[in-house]
Order: sequence, then structure tokens, then C-alpha cells
Amino acid sequence: MSATTATVGVGMRSSPVAPRAVLDPESQELLEALKSSGRVYDDACARLHELLLRAARFEVARRWRGLAAGEADVIATEAADDALLAVLRRLDDFRGLSKFTTWAYKFALYEAAVKVRKHAWRDRELPVEEDVLGALHGGLPGPEEDVEMRERLGMIAAAMDSVLTPHQRRVLVALAVNGVPIDVLAERLSTTRGALYKTLHDARAKLRSHLEETS
Amino acid sequence: MEDHNTNELLGRLLGPAEPEIGCEACFEELDRYVELEAAGEDAEAAVPGLLPHLEGCPACREEHDSLLALIRKG
Repeated sequence: MSATTATVGVGMRSSPVAPRAVLDPESQELLEALKSSGRVYDDACARLHELLLRAARFEVARRWRGLAAGEADVIATEAADDALLAVLRRLDDFRGLSKFTTWAYKFALYEAAVKVRKHAWRDRELPVEEDVLGALHGGLPGPEEDVEMRERLGMIAAAMDSVLTPHQRRVLVALAVNGVPIDVLAERLSTTRGALYKTLHDARAKLRSHLEETS
Repeated sequence: MEDHNTNELLGRLLGPAEPEIGCEACFEELDRYVELEAAGEDAEAAVPGLLPHLEGCPACREEHDSLLALIRKG
């Protein structure tokens, strides 16, 4: 997903439309400063960048404690820089339905989260599908009472082969079985988070429908 | 594989059955949604389909949890 686009996948619930609200004074002041020019604009950008950097550092610290301090700060700073550009590009999209800071924070959290996920997978190949599907085809150890669960997973594995397109199967296995982060898979497949989630959503719907028909 | 792990795998494979919004719509509504949650209001009623999406999309779930934690931290 790009933080600068807003489209809704076909077959999914459409985006709710909310009324425009009155801004709180703090949001109004910062928003007006960001729409001005000269010193006022520069100061507002600096204030906004501080807020975004705080959010980005918060996200990096939450998501990856194994990062070296310097490395973490580089990622957080890059995320704040990218989020600042995204927020400035999209100022007119702010509807005043939350505080301006909350609206801006989400751009920094998104940029930081995506960068951390990609960083964690930067030297890793995507897992091979067939290696993991063995677990769904009956490789689950366990007592007698797990038989029903194993049968259900076996039905799902068979349905994945019979009702999904190769692309849907690949996306489902990568995201749901192998735990590949959606942003990493999007980058490797040269697509977007939104497009991949639509594929995942459609694959899941096909599987649920098939299981209902056959059970 | 333990039962709860198997159930989680089933959940990841089949996803939420309820109608859900997509990742882009989730991003658009996230700030309003978490402020309503933080205020103890019915966020799901205001943004139908966002909660099922969070159940189906780990990435959006992480970003939701972080935004909520950040504004609660103040």
C-alpha cells in the first residue's frame, strides 16, 4: 500500500464516508501554519517532523528490539522524512475527524513499520511453497482428538490446489502459512499491500465457500 | 503443532468471515477509529468492517495497535 492512495478492493466493504468535523484549536493552528509560507511554514514543518520522528522511533522500538541503536535511528529518521513528505502532500485530505497529530502519526507509524519489516527480510529469500504445505497435508503430530483438525487442514490444503489460481495460492501460502510480511511480499512481487490483500481476501473467500459446499 | 497454533493457522488461512474494508480504507480511517476506541466509544459502529480487517491483516493490526498505544501514551 502506498500511504498516498486510497482505493477499495472489489468485493469488499466500501470505505465509510464520514462528515467533515470542526478542528480542535491545536490542529487548526498547525494545519494553517503548514499551509502558509516563509518562516511560519518552515517552523511548522520542523515541529511536524519532530512529531513524526517521535512516532517513528516509537514504532521501531516496538517492532524490533534487536536493532542496533544507530541502525534503529537511521530507520526512524528515514521513516519520519518520508512521512513528512506524505503528510505535506496530503494535507487537503485531512478531514478533521481526529486530532491532526493522530492523523499525522499514522503516516510515520506506517513508514516505520514497513521499513522495519523490509529490513528484517532484506537478506532472506521467500520460503518455497511446497516445503510448508506438507504440514497442511497431514504432518501435524498430536493425539487422537487432533484428527478432526488434521482432516480440516487437509481439506483446506486440497482446496488450495483445486480452487485457487496459482497467484492466489502463492500469496496465501506466503502470507498465511510462511508468515512473510505483506509489505515484503508486495515489494518482491512489484505490487502493493492493498492489491495483495485483495488477492488474499478473494482466496480466503473461495476457500470458505468451497468448504461450506463440501462439508 | 499445538491446538492454538493450529487454530491460528486456520484463522490465517480462512480469514474473517464478516465483510471487511481493505488496507487503503483502513489506513484512511485509522486515526478516527483509534481516537473513538481510546475514548471508549463504539469505533466499529462508526467504521464498519475495520475490526474484521484487523483480524485478517497482521500489518494493519500492528499499525493500529501502535497508533492506539501512542495516543494513549500522550
